[in-house]
Amino acid sequence: MRVLVPPVLLVVLLLAAAVAATIGAAGIPFGRIAAAFGLAPGNPALVDRDWLVLWSIRLPRIALAIIIGGLLAACGAVMQGLFRNPLADPALVGVSSGAALAAAAMIVVGDRYLSSAGVTLPLEALPLAAFVGALASTMILYRIATREGRTSVAMFLLGGLAIAALANAGLGLLVFLADDRQLRDINFWMLGSLSGATWAKVGAIAPFLVALAFVLPFIARGLDLLVLGEMEAFHAGVSVERLKRTCVVLVAAAAGAAVSVSGVIGFVGLVVPHLLRLLIGPSHRLLLPTAALLGAALLVIADTFARTLAAPAELPIGIVTAVIGAPFFLYLLLRQRALLGP
Amino acid sequence: MNPVLVATSIAVRIGAKTLLDDVALSLGPGEVVALVGANGAGKSTLLRVLSGDLVPLAGSVRLNGRTLASYGPRALAGHRAVLSQSVSVAFPFTVAEIVRMGAGDGRGRRIDDLVEAALAEVDLGNFDERAITTLSGGEQQRAHFARVLVQLACGEATHGPGVLLLDEPTANLDLRHQLDVIAAAKSRAARGVTVVAILHDLNLAGLLAERIVVLNGGRIDSDGTPDQVITDAMLERVLGVADAVGRVPAEGTPFVLPHAARKLLPGKP
Repeated sequence: MRVLVPPVLLVVLLLAAAVAATIGAAGIPFGRIAAAFGLAPGNPALVDRDWLVLWSIRLPRIALAIIIGGLLAACGAVMQGLFRNPLADPALVGVSSGAALAAAAMIVVGDRYLSSAGVTLPLEALPLAAFVGALASTMILYRIATREGRTSVAMFLLGGLAIAALANAGLGLLVFLADDRQLRDINFWMLGSLSGATWAKVGAIAPFLVALAFVLPFIARGLDLLVLGEMEAFHAGVSVERLKRTCVVLVAAAAGAAVSVSGVIGFVGLVVPHLLRLLIGPSHRLLLPTAALLGAALLVIADTFARTLAAPAELPIGIVTAVIGAPFFLYLLLRQRALLGP
Repeated sequence: MNPVLVATSIAVRIGAKTLLDDVALSLGPGEVVALVGANGAGKSTLLRVLSGDLVPLAGSVRLNGRTLASYGPRALAGHRAVLSQSVSVAFPFTVAEIVRMGAGDGRGRRIDDLVEAALAEVDLGNFDERAITTLSGGEQQRAHFARVLVQLACGEATHGPGVLLLDEPTANLDLRHQLDVIAAAKSRAARGVTVVAILHDLNLAGLLAERIVVLNGGRIDSDGTPDQVITDAMLERVLGVADAVGRVPAEGTPFVLPHAARKLLPGKP
């Protein structure tokens, strides 16, 4: 039964992507998609227009949703294994708070001072700032939590709370300084969006998914044994400190990259691994790759809703993932109450 | 015969408190040693030093002639297996998955057999598909003991008999399963595995080990056969319990003596 889950999820992902490609401001039915790809004969005038819509707007956006969903869900599964807690998510390593602070700083300070000096901010400035912010806050947190080569997971958790509170204070200050338009920009960034997807953005974050796919098989066994506790994992032959370091660097880079492109998208990293654990069990060998698949499918679906529900306007995708994710999560929790214990 | 595990002048201090002071211990292949002593006497600390968890402030531990520090975690896991006092599992792995973790990356028929045999040995034969989080404390402890036995067997297959370190392996178990654990440890020792076990039950200690090491205030108080070590003087000195050895409880009080079940154990009749 379990071995069927990855292929089924792959089919779900491909179906979701195919359906997403047909839906939008300009509806393109399946037949015309095949024609646009040159796989079937079609009306030449429509083919060119469809191809333009697909290639320059819809496909990069779907690709972005797949990559970001995969990154967030796999990172969530890694964090839950590392913290031995089903409620952990990538935000715990300080990624979100650092990225949000840096993004808001770029929106407010960058806009106010650089623009008034006549310098136009390049489009890449915001994601780059967010990525640097994410990495910087994780590195500070890592330094705080590490003493004599040993990283304390508890220190990471508590230090993370302090860093998040500080970052929040900074964010509040920036909100206080911001004008109405900047305020709106900050707010929308905090809710996440995949709008403005380009192949350049896809190319920028695709390497992170490739790197993640490479490393996951090597950390899966260690994360399984870590479930017994750090000491027991060491007894069973795991280089625990190296494993923790690898996970933190991996999650900071991968989740940081995802957040920097899309803003903060909640719930994917939390719900997806949780759901899969109920379905296929907690072993990370299967959990990590399937989480990436399901996260990708979920974000493609959520993004399709985000860009069509309020068309021609777009809903922030964070709203959609929370609206889908939170009730579903509650349903799972209620159904599994007995297993969770008193 | 060359000693397998040698600890020399071990000292461990945390802050101003001395946990171990000038402890030396040498264990041969197939030797079974019970560590006894009061709570806080340093038994678990010594076991953590022997397992490589804790680097002592002074002194060193050598395993087959090499210092523990010179082994990587994976190499060390091939030479020694450790059962910790209480292990809490964060996610609902099945019992079979937990026991299989002892085999590391190992796969295949031989590992399947090892897992099955270990489960049978701890009397969890029908529990393999149960989530470990739904088991009682004693059952969970038996599952972890089975996992440790699998790790020991996998190490034995590549490096020969290793070292088995047990921290209160019988603490949560009923009498029957306490005896199972003692029997399993003794049968490993008969194959050449060196066993060190922390035990509070002095009767069980005498049943398991030919050698008892008593710790008191972080130092070795006495070291010898059960006969030499378990004396009224030692109990008075170490535990503050006087006149307890060899006395029958008050008239009319039923009591259970594990020695009566000696026929359940391998080896000596």
